Amino acid sequence: MSPHAKKNIIPGFGLSLGLTISFISLVVLIPMLTLVFQSSALGWSGFWKTVLDPRILASFRVSFLCSFIAALINGVFGLILAWVLARYRFPGRRLIDGLIELPFALPTAVAGISLTALYSDKGWIGEPLARLGLKVAYTPVGIIVALTFITLPFVVRTVQPVLEQLDHVYEEAGRMLGASPTLIFFRVILPEIKPALLTGFALAFARALGEYGSVVFIAGNMPFKTEIAPLMIMIKLEQFNYGEATAVALVMLGASFVIMFIINSIQARSAGFV
Amino acid sequence: MNSGKYAMNAETSKWIPRILILISFLFILLMLVTPLTVIMTEAFRAGLKSYWRAVSDPYALKALQLTLLAATTAVVLNTAFGLTAAWAITRFSFKGKGLITTLIDIPFAVSPIIAGLIFILTFGRLSWLHPFLSAHDLKVVFAAPGIVIVTLFVTFPFVAREIIPVLEARGTDEEQAAALMGAGLFAIFRRITFPHIRWALLYSVILCAARAIGEFGAVSVVSGHLRGKTNTLPLHVEILYNEYQFNAAFAVSSLLAFAAIGILTARNIVEFTAKKEEEGHVR
Amino acid sequence: MKKINALALGLFVFALSAFGPVPAAPAADVEITNVSYDPTRELYEQYNAAFKKHWKSLKGQEADIVQSHGGSGRQARAVIEGNQADVLTLALAPDITAVEKAGLIKPGWQSEFPLNSAPYTSTIVFLVRKGNPKAIKDWGDLARAGVGVITPNPKTSGGARWNYLAAWAWAHREYKGDEKAVKEYIGKVLRNILVLDTGARGSTNTFVQNGQGDVLLAWENEAFLALAEKAGEFEIATPSLSILAEPPVAVVDEVVEKRGTREIATEYLNFLYSEEGQRLAGKNYYRPSNPDIAKEFASVFNLKLDLITIDDPIFGGWEKAQDLHFKDGGVFDQLYAR
Repeated sequence: MSPHAKKNIIPGFGLSLGLTISFISLVVLIPMLTLVFQSSALGWSGFWKTVLDPRILASFRVSFLCSFIAALINGVFGLILAWVLARYRFPGRRLIDGLIELPFALPTAVAGISLTALYSDKGWIGEPLARLGLKVAYTPVGIIVALTFITLPFVVRTVQPVLEQLDHVYEEAGRMLGASPTLIFFRVILPEIKPALLTGFALAFARALGEYGSVVFIAGNMPFKTEIAPLMIMIKLEQFNYGEATAVALVMLGASFVIMFIINSIQARSAGFV
Repeated sequence: MNSGKYAMNAETSKWIPRILILISFLFILLMLVTPLTVIMTEAFRAGLKSYWRAVSDPYALKALQLTLLAATTAVVLNTAFGLTAAWAITRFSFKGKGLITTLIDIPFAVSPIIAGLIFILTFGRLSWLHPFLSAHDLKVVFAAPGIVIVTLFVTFPFVAREIIPVLEARGTDEEQAAALMGAGLFAIFRRITFPHIRWALLYSVILCAARAIGEFGAVSVVSGHLRGKTNTLPLHVEILYNEYQFNAAFAVSSLLAFAAIGILTARNIVEFTAKKEEEGHVR
Repeated sequence: MKKINALALGLFVFALSAFGPVPAAPAADVEITNVSYDPTRELYEQYNAAFKKHWKSLKGQEADIVQSHGGSGRQARAVIEGNQADVLTLALAPDITAVEKAGLIKPGWQSEFPLNSAPYTSTIVFLVRKGNPKAIKDWGDLARAGVGVITPNPKTSGGARWNYLAAWAWAHREYKGDEKAVKEYIGKVLRNILVLDTGARGSTNTFVQNGQGDVLLAWENEAFLALAEKAGEFEIATPSLSILAEPPVAVVDEVVEKRGTREIATEYLNFLYSEEGQRLAGKNYYRPSNPDIAKEFASVFNLKLDLITIDDPIFGGWEKAQDLHFKDGGVFDQLYAR
């Protein structure tokens, strides 16, 4: 591990890399290995038996599906928000801009409690919806609402800076050549922001997969229907079943790792082109 | 900044921006403003007096203190780490960089429940470390240190993730030049690198603090919920809620919401000032 | 540049406050931690105050009791993992047995204190909406189509296991031991469940605050508490048969030996059996185990309710019941999966 390619004379390589690696080892790597070690007590067959159990599989399906839809919703609305915040000046813009990170700072339990109060069929929003036949709280829709709330900042905050820095020359050129705004958006702007959009989407998806605190309040937690994978970990733990709990945790962790790796590849690739 | 310059052709409809702005307002209203309104109305429903009683309760104050302790430690250590990691990753090229960046990002994607669990397994009574910890009377999980550590873990990527792209974009030419002239590590960092990243750094510190204050899931797993000892503010909210003290629960929640809004306002000011200053430089 | 300084100063002050003076708490000579389950919050808040006075008059010491509440199983797990509890006051014997198996409590804890180490008892009743619009009177009504049932998940909540077993006991009597009929009945009830929270308090909040379902299967004390909180909105329906829930208590040997708190921890649990302790239990809607004190609360509790115990041949004790019904792939899982 030594600096290669062109000669690099900036000092501090050994020091900074050493510190970084030891920090990562302490905070991330060692605890992760403990987890792997714990679930290895199950053995391969025990591991597969646990994670292929119909109820666990159902919880994975609920988690992945709801997270995906929530990330998709945020992909669409996050893009609109980022666009509006970056391109237009209108009264209330700073207010919206200031509120975007609220879901990061608000404890997830508080979010869960207030969303349940709002979206249950006795709540301000839930009641009219229930009359239209859409039950939100205690259904998968409720899970999607909670996850959309929790992951709202990701897409906006990854796309917004890119839009702000985007060179307007190509847009202008397109417009002068008579291209319609839609065409300009899809041909000129979208390719530019695609890496950021995908990163934001993946971050939101990964974060949503792991969310627990807000979802348990609104989900209803019915097996096979509204039970999420992190809840299965909790349920296994409550039964003093560490091996199986860590097995489920390991699958989730593997998923997060893959998602994060993909994000980093997307970013590395887009950085390469710039 | 200059909207007129990029405005759409007059005939190509003024309605696209209007509709988009309207959608944004509706989405924010539905997703963010209404939950906030619920918190605020419930918090003040029983009147100012009981609001004050809830937020000045000794247990609430103890919880607030622990929350601040955890947040501060997390911010300080993560800043130190974020700067070092960003330096290593952006100023040098080496094998395994992708792996390291992925490892830094992991806490973003790890379920808070799993985050809590791994620290219980690492430092708890069932861990291989336990004989050592217990012999030295060191309590990590189910005590304040555990809360601090999981908060640190959960907010681990924030600073590094903000700084790395900024430094990446800057390139290394200036630092190379300074090093050629014989400047030391600290001098290079302070004189050349730091001025470029200070706004990004401040922004990331603020986000990190916000996230640390609000963390619930992971902290809940390692806390043990000992009243007055290992309860953070978010856990205190849950306790109040479970004790049917709904107004008190929402009162304390509103405190967290106010903190969030305060922090986010600070962030807005930072960003605004940063942009202004940047423009000043350009001119 | 000035603004960044002001902000840095703000952050610094914020950081400083974390290490600032602790709000003054009266200095205690001795401190113990009571790790308990969810619905006992109100009881132990009052009981701790009474015990402090008692300990002061007994030993002249200021005692401080740190409380922790949560789902019973989760609390037991936290203690196994290192949460240092001097005493455990949980919902079910198996949860304390798990702590015993982990080596923290010596075997035979259940005979350390009188009456199977259960100073108060409770049972499972129905909480229904005012006027009982769905006419839910007994366990059989829970299986009717269109009745929405709220209960916590037996896998995560001690109280919910009592709910399930009470329903089982009723069906066992109703169908004269025909296991197929019993299972069919339980299956029907399970399909009527609308929300399956992880703990008893979560279920109560779902039923009371968020207005879900027609009937809440609840601890008797939890049901009374909900009545008191929201007067006039609910009523209690007592089934023809229920289960005698005996929430047990124990001293955690490993912890008290390390801390030297065995004496106060033991006294803390013994005092639960005193007349004062028993009355406090009764006031908080737990059934006092002392029959004389229980009679004082005859106007509150239906003392004639037919109560079956876990040691009844239907169940054959906790260990057997746990294994048959609640372990992964057990009867509960089978009935639920259908």
